[in-house]
Amino acid sequence: MYKRDPIDKAFSTVTAVASISVPLLIIGILYVLFSHSSLAIERFGIIGFLVSADWNPVRESFGAAASLYGTVLTTFLALLIAIPVALGIAIFITEVAPNFLKRPIGAAIELLAAIPSIIYGMWGLFTLAPIMADYIEPTLQDAVGGLPIIGILFEGTPMGIDILTASLILSIMIIPFTASISRDAFNLTPAVIKESAYGLGATKWEVIKSVVLPYSKLGIFGGIVLSLGRALGETMAIAFVLGNNHQITTSLFDAASTITVTLANEFTEADTDIYYSSLFYLALILFILSFITLAIAKYFIVRGERNYPR
Amino acid sequence: MSRDKIRRFENSIALSLCTLATFFGLFWLIFILGDVIVNGIGALNLGLFVNDPAPPGVEGGGLRNAFVGHLMITFFATLIGVPIGLLGGTFLAEYARGSRSARIISVLSDIMVSVPSIVIGTFVYVILVKPVGHFSGWAGAVALAFIMIPVVLRTTEDMLTLIPWSLREAAFALGAPYYKVIVKVVYRGAAAGIFTGVLLSIARVVGETAPLLFTSFNNAFFSVNMNEPVSSLTVTIFQYAMGPYENWHAQAWAASFIITIVILALTIVGRSIISWRYGKR
Repeated sequence: MYKRDPIDKAFSTVTAVASISVPLLIIGILYVLFSHSSLAIERFGIIGFLVSADWNPVRESFGAAASLYGTVLTTFLALLIAIPVALGIAIFITEVAPNFLKRPIGAAIELLAAIPSIIYGMWGLFTLAPIMADYIEPTLQDAVGGLPIIGILFEGTPMGIDILTASLILSIMIIPFTASISRDAFNLTPAVIKESAYGLGATKWEVIKSVVLPYSKLGIFGGIVLSLGRALGETMAIAFVLGNNHQITTSLFDAASTITVTLANEFTEADTDIYYSSLFYLALILFILSFITLAIAKYFIVRGERNYPR
Repeated sequence: MSRDKIRRFENSIALSLCTLATFFGLFWLIFILGDVIVNGIGALNLGLFVNDPAPPGVEGGGLRNAFVGHLMITFFATLIGVPIGLLGGTFLAEYARGSRSARIISVLSDIMVSVPSIVIGTFVYVILVKPVGHFSGWAGAVALAFIMIPVVLRTTEDMLTLIPWSLREAAFALGAPYYKVIVKVVYRGAAAGIFTGVLLSIARVVGETAPLLFTSFNNAFFSVNMNEPVSSLTVTIFQYAMGPYENWHAQAWAASFIITIVILALTIVGRSIISWRYGKR
């Protein structure tokens, strides 16, 4: 019988151990976050912590609602801006641009994802926030601030350090993720089917609308959810321009906080056990939230690829 | 208007909007890069690289401590993260190829690539900072390594999978044990791809700030001791940009410029290797 080479056995064991590092890391993170937040979980409960908007280190009363609200709202607004733009870019690259422009433009858009978030943050603070405060936000306020209901979103003095600026920066950061995954999904559409549609006399837009988009919807959805997951965990890009305000406010011109911004600003300052534990509780919520989101994204991206093999 | 004209009109409107969206994306890229380049070059000077920080509010000083600290943290992160990722990817693509466990680990790694880096920071704080009672460069390096491992692991797996199976069979036929086939044949064939994966993983962590905040923290003094808090460019940018002094802001821009250039260079070189070696991808 074939006798296995002892070095090969050792090598395979070493590689196996190395690959186990990833699941171990996940289990380790979950265990550490869970054990360090147990004090806060006992004190505030699960539902109680999630719905309480109180964040008061002096009275030692903590709740996640304000941070969670900021996280969800900035992410939602960022997606609102990023999805149409990213799909437009993906359509432009795959269907509209001349061949010699396809790769350079695709690469340029992907460079947006390579710029580190701290750069986005500093640029946002020094360049974008003043522009928002002086031009864009007053214009928005004049245009739609007087309307009933919608007007509530645009109340207050535009300072530039607010939810709107943070959401805009987030949207720029996530555009490349949705765009490149949608582009890949578009490219999986069989050429024959597109050509048949053209043969029936369809315009380019009709082919995109009725053939390409339906064909690639799983992939597009995966790309959007992936961007959602990235936006949830973004820290430095918005730490500068969000203002770390632990209140739930209705206007887009108000400062707010997200889970990540709270952690970045307060983690090294926590002076009591319950404060510290509440921050870990926030980190645990963020980790679970983004892990589930990313898992869903992965599921849809893979299914999108599997359904239409090239 | 006839139906036909409406359809063509709709077509041109929709395609113009797509073109506009592309300009919108490119506009931000040019705006941000241009801003970093203009402000960064304006603030660059030799003193930045050879001097340590002046006391707050005092003109002059440099970021020598942060440059050296950043290099050290990144170097050790690479030293820890790359071998583990490389070996792990080898296991998935070779010994465990096609198995259920390989697929699960591969998916988990894909997820870990995008997990919030600040959470990694809190995790490393608990395992490496709290037990010893102080921040350290090692903690920062380990935090960055944890971010690198899934990136390197996944690119290695993909690159090794691209090597045709028949190549391995040819080597097996000569009687080579599997580890020799991997090291002498598979790694060689995939070298360019693996190298790119390493470059891109370095580009991924060089700009990280959040995981360093609670691990390597910051140090206003020059230090090469990895057991102490170590200054990094990104954490310094965070501190300086938030600070009240004009010259701090200028130095933050200069540091941003250097980091951006390094990352763009790594990214572009990495992508060029991929397109040169593997054609249209």
